Amino acid sequence: MNTLKGFSAPIVTGVVLFGLWEGVLTLLNPQGFVLPAPSEIVGALIDNWDEVYQGARITGFVVGSGLIAGIILGILAALLVTRFRTANETITPLAVAVNAIPIIALAPIFNNWFGLTSPRSNQAIVVALVFFPIFINTTRGLTQVDRSQIELMESYAASRSRITREVRIPNAMPFFFTALKLATSLAVIAAIVAEYFGGRQDALGPMITQSAGLTRYDEAWAAVLAGTAIGAVLYFAVIVLERVAMPWHSLIRAQEGET
Amino acid sequence: MSEESAVSEAMSTGEAESQLVIDIRGATKVFNPGRSNQVEALAEIDLAVEPGEFITLIGPSGCGKSTLLRLIASLIPPSSGSVQVNAKPAEQARLDRDYGMAFQTAGLFDWRSVTKNIELPLELMGWSKGDRRRRAAEMLELVKLSEFAKHHPSELSGGMQQRVAIARALAFSPSLLLMDEPFGALDEMTREHMQDELLRIWKETETTVVFVTHSIPEAVYLSTRVVVMSPRPGTIASTISVDLGDRSAATRDDPAFFKKVTEVRIALREVEG
Repeated sequence: MNTLKGFSAPIVTGVVLFGLWEGVLTLLNPQGFVLPAPSEIVGALIDNWDEVYQGARITGFVVGSGLIAGIILGILAALLVTRFRTANETITPLAVAVNAIPIIALAPIFNNWFGLTSPRSNQAIVVALVFFPIFINTTRGLTQVDRSQIELMESYAASRSRITREVRIPNAMPFFFTALKLATSLAVIAAIVAEYFGGRQDALGPMITQSAGLTRYDEAWAAVLAGTAIGAVLYFAVIVLERVAMPWHSLIRAQEGET
Repeated sequence: MSEESAVSEAMSTGEAESQLVIDIRGATKVFNPGRSNQVEALAEIDLAVEPGEFITLIGPSGCGKSTLLRLIASLIPPSSGSVQVNAKPAEQARLDRDYGMAFQTAGLFDWRSVTKNIELPLELMGWSKGDRRRRAAEMLELVKLSEFAKHHPSELSGGMQQRVAIARALAFSPSLLLMDEPFGALDEMTREHMQDELLRIWKETETTVVFVTHSIPEAVYLSTRVVVMSPRPGTIASTISVDLGDRSAATRDDPAFFKKVTEVRIALREVEG
């Protein structure tokens, strides 16, 4: 019930916004290259469905596989630096330094490494961009543990791995999911921008640049819409996963009066 | 010299034959030794605790009372001297799970239900699921929270959370309960209620308790012996025996109670002097 209520407001807002968009464009009738009306974008989407669908599949694969690899690497690195002091002292400063690099700027260089038309370079960009927020936040969650909870486990003579399992990992979950929500939108952006520079030519990125180059803005917007759909699906999947993985967390939020 | 005084103290507080629950001799603790931020937290501590005693450690901030509790718990090792619990090194007593512990923050795990929190030490000790369930139910009855078994800690008040923490500390029937300002964060009414609950549980379970507190009335109300500590470096300044019989609401208005409170206050004033 509450979920329905939670959804109705944004849906109404969205419908009103699109209505305004359509209405204003019909009234003022500017030229198509400024901004196509929603109806035109949907029309372009239907007309070019096969291409857009194919592009979304390819870009979606880059996003999904890069996301999964970035998450796995980020979590492993976080566990490693939490467990071993030397790993922390070597990896963490390095990670911070590498994180200062505008990774998306490496896209043309990665194309050179992995091949201009290979999706590998795009995946590598996504992995690198996803890795950092996951790594940094998960590490924070694994280490910022209530001191008395650790002492309690030590008083029970619990092993280190047991403390990690019982205390550190559950404590890190909210941190991880916060990072994951950030990472999903980053991943879509990273994939599409990286595709501007290379990778498979039937992906969403090249579709946007090529359509725009040919002044077929409605088609470019249709491809953007497909990218948005990928992001939305992923974000929704993360929310569902979060609820499943941390049923206690919604209780805490309810307690704090959040919705 | 320190050894002698520890022995004589042990003899003066009970029969020499009975095994001491805690036997600390000449224990010191220096943090960051040899570095610029070196701190001498405890100097030459001797303390002997008999079975069934309720000891409170009281003193100004920085007197090392929490450090002393952690030495007993073997969460940190002493820099010198010996700490024995149940006639074995504190480390061994920790590995044998001879004591239960409660902290100022209840330290409950949000991701576990109330029952599951109480079951945690039992899980670590390899109890069967049925035994764990049964014991958790018993402990919840003891702290009068049976109807909250399936709740999560975030749904409970601070006082209720602290009761769950005490239930958890007592779940495996340790002979010794170590408490580090467990009621420090509670409001006065809840605090007094919790003190009565703790005394009831102490009597029912015949546990020995070492309790760290800032509050003089709390120390006097709860303990059989108040250990007054002085700071920089932490030492035991004096030990005050309290014999007020069975506590009740009337005890808090008893002139004998106020007399003891004054006695502890004077002892504390001297160490802070």
